[in-house]
Amino acid sequence: MARFVITRLLQMIPLLIGITFLTFAIVNLVPGSPVSRYEFNPRARPEDIERIKRNLGLDQPWPVRYVQWLGNVARGDLGISLVNYTPVRARILNVLPNTLLLTMTSLVFALLLSIPVGIYAAVKRNSWFDNVSTVGSIATFAMPSFWLGLLLILLFAVKFYEWGLPSLPAGGTRTLRGETGFLDRVQHLILPSLALGLVQLAAWMRYIRSSMLEVIRQDFVRTAQAKGLRDRVVLYSHAFRNALLPLVTLVGLSIPDLFGGAVIIEQVFAWNGVGRLINDAAQSSDYTLVMGAVLMLAVLTLLANLLADVLYAILDPRIRYD
Amino acid sequence: MAQRTQRLTAEVAPERVERLDPNTLSRNELRSTPGLYRRAWRRYRRNKIAMVALSVFVVIVLFVLSADMLSRYVTHVTYWKGNLRGQFLAPFSEGHILGTDSNGRDVLTRLAYGGRVSLLVAGLAVLTTLTIGSAVGAIAGYFGGFLDSFFMRLVDVLLAIPGLPLLILIFALYRPNAAGLAIVLGLLSWAGVARLIRGEVLSIRGRDYVDAARVIGASNGRIIWRHIFPNIVPIIVVWISLAIPSVILAEAALSYLGFGVQVPTPSWGNMLQGAKDYYTRSWTNVFIPGFMIYITVLAINLVGNGLRDALDPRLND
Repeated sequence: MARFVITRLLQMIPLLIGITFLTFAIVNLVPGSPVSRYEFNPRARPEDIERIKRNLGLDQPWPVRYVQWLGNVARGDLGISLVNYTPVRARILNVLPNTLLLTMTSLVFALLLSIPVGIYAAVKRNSWFDNVSTVGSIATFAMPSFWLGLLLILLFAVKFYEWGLPSLPAGGTRTLRGETGFLDRVQHLILPSLALGLVQLAAWMRYIRSSMLEVIRQDFVRTAQAKGLRDRVVLYSHAFRNALLPLVTLVGLSIPDLFGGAVIIEQVFAWNGVGRLINDAAQSSDYTLVMGAVLMLAVLTLLANLLADVLYAILDPRIRYD
Repeated sequence: MAQRTQRLTAEVAPERVERLDPNTLSRNELRSTPGLYRRAWRRYRRNKIAMVALSVFVVIVLFVLSADMLSRYVTHVTYWKGNLRGQFLAPFSEGHILGTDSNGRDVLTRLAYGGRVSLLVAGLAVLTTLTIGSAVGAIAGYFGGFLDSFFMRLVDVLLAIPGLPLLILIFALYRPNAAGLAIVLGLLSWAGVARLIRGEVLSIRGRDYVDAARVIGASNGRIIWRHIFPNIVPIIVVWISLAIPSVILAEAALSYLGFGVQVPTPSWGNMLQGAKDYYTRSWTNVFIPGFMIYITVLAINLVGNGLRDALDPRLND
């Protein structure tokens, strides 16, 4: 297993080089530049713009800059922001906990709800519960997450407030003034994680249902029932443990979706995370900041996939990575 | 059993022989069983949900296509015509069926034009994706070897790139029009379908009829086009029905963030963007464009599910 993990970690290196190279190339081949905002400034002389370019290293051709950037990244230096010259790594690490908090909360929320609902729908196949949950999940799956977020704000923050009901905050990670305790953080977390998690919830529920249906049909489940084990034991320790296997991969593969969704949801809820950082950086053509954030999201995604594979091997003794 | 078979053949045979006389028959009559697509359509027609979804989709397309007529004969305003004294009108007031937005523009008119842009972007992006993806997939799967490993490593890399941040950056630097947006979306998202088609081509390449075609001297191009391609069309059709909703959602998300279709050209995404800052003034402005995106995506998803069940009966549960 250790060998497998190390091999996979080593394989990540060329993949990451490929990802960053392509991103760097695409970004630099697109017209526009971080210094173009000075070009329409009547007080910026051409030689000033040249000097700024030179100081930021932008006078070099992009392949040269890529190699320099890669060398710095290998030493753990992500460079400085091209707009306000702050270190990129510190900027990202500053907001990363917020993004992880948001994505992991939605992940846990989606898992906690999809597992029991999916199992119950499979066990009571074609019951009203199964039909309602199936229709519900199809209906939820097609929802644009940012629209869902706006509707949640509209109902629970705006309308509830107007109606004098206890309302939830419309955005932000915490109340900026006064007491900010644990409860305040939780209140701010509810709506964004709901908006982000509901789509995953819908997809996973369908998946757990069909995976359970497949396992329930198998001989060892019938054997367990024939032995006289209680239904609950058969369901959870025989059937569900086997239905869980594909779920691990599925959750691992959904991690990029969660991060991608967070980029929009953070904007909807003014959530101070990596997504908002990327947005702001992109608005101001801050190459290095965006490159840093893309690299970090790619690393997190690849690590999540690796974790899913390792968990799969731990959970399924038939799988051996040797 | 033997007797029964004999009797059946005895009864049926003369007519069949007569019917199958190739000199007197048209091409259509020679066909003993209906083709794959006719049978698929029969199966599809029995699926009520899929039929409802298909009609909803057709209605949306008609609504979007009739944007010009709608603007001329129903709402009597163009999509850019604003009236700052008539902002945030509620639906069904002063002749505005769906109300007006923050600039006093008619929401229904903008919805029709916006939908045209959204669907056009989705169609064009999927077409671009499909063109590149099927070319790469077919080449990689058919020829194998170095080309295959090269393209598949490229696919691995492309699939691992966080898409949305990259798109945001590209569109922040370079604000294209709707067609440019669609083509960039397509250029960056062909990896998935290339891998799908490669796998299919790889499995079909080894079949006997492909060998037979090669034996009689068919060229590689002819084998791919006439012998392999028709067999992957069902998979491509299902893929398209799943890809269009995801492009609609991507375009809406980008436009919502302000990086997609640029105002004054409306799209469902940027209508939402325009409405989000005023949700205390008018909730219908937030609800309506998002609802259109939602219904369209839902309808196409359900059509896709129906198509999958109809085209590949093995997948039914």
